[in-house]
Amino acid sequence: MSMLPQLFFGYFAFAIIVLSLLVITRKNPVHSVMWMLLLFFHIASMYLFLNAEFIAAIQVIVYAGAILVLFLFVVLLLNLKEELESARFVGSWPAAVLISGGIFVGLAASMLSVSLGPKGNFTVDLIQRVTHTKVLGQILYTEYLFPFEIASLVLLIAVVGAIVLAKKRMRSH
Amino acid sequence: MVPLNWYLILSAAVFSIGVFGFLTRRNIIIMFMSLELMLNAVNISLVAFSHYLQDLRGHVLVFFIITVAAAEASIGLAIIIALFKNKNTVHVDEMNEMKG
Repeated sequence: MSMLPQLFFGYFAFAIIVLSLLVITRKNPVHSVMWMLLLFFHIASMYLFLNAEFIAAIQVIVYAGAILVLFLFVVLLLNLKEELESARFVGSWPAAVLISGGIFVGLAASMLSVSLGPKGNFTVDLIQRVTHTKVLGQILYTEYLFPFEIASLVLLIAVVGAIVLAKKRMRSH
Repeated sequence: MVPLNWYLILSAAVFSIGVFGFLTRRNIIIMFMSLELMLNAVNISLVAFSHYLQDLRGHVLVFFIITVAAAEASIGLAIIIALFKNKNTVHVDEMNEMKG
């Protein structure tokens, strides 16, 4: 039996953890955004490894292409001079080590005790034959049509809200 | 075949790193990036569950999570810009008007 899948997973898991640590510890926010870009590409590869091509594509397009560019714009709009000279963590960070460590132990314990229910109909063979995008579209536009419409409403509210929040004050009052 | 548990542990680790970043960083932009990290951790576990259960509903859920994350990022960054205009800082420990 080949060890290739395990090696592949090992590399990507290691890279994802190291990159997420880099994202939250860099002093310069621009560096954080750049490491996060690399992190999102690694996560997209993980999705490919799990036979989710469409999810990998929107991970790259929406997260790496749209959300991170938005982050980069905002980081560059605000001033970095002051940022590079001040402390990066709040004073009580050891408490956060305890909290996040506790969350990790709790999550890991509950996830290790999980047992899977009955399997569904979407085998890897079926998804590879019909293609992932088509199968996902067939579910999304039939069974999940109403949530899909709600998602469009959420995006509309986000567009309106972002404009209202970021625009200059009206002079009328 | 990689066991499902490996993905779940990876997801838990990335989620905890996100929680740590959110609780400790002073820069509100990095706090937002930690939030995105947590959402991505959840996405990894959803896609892994979907693959091992041979069910595509997890992928549909990931699709909606990415939609909401995009909306959340645009609103959140607009709030950051409005805050920076008023307070001239992005450090959360310097924003204490509400005396919480």
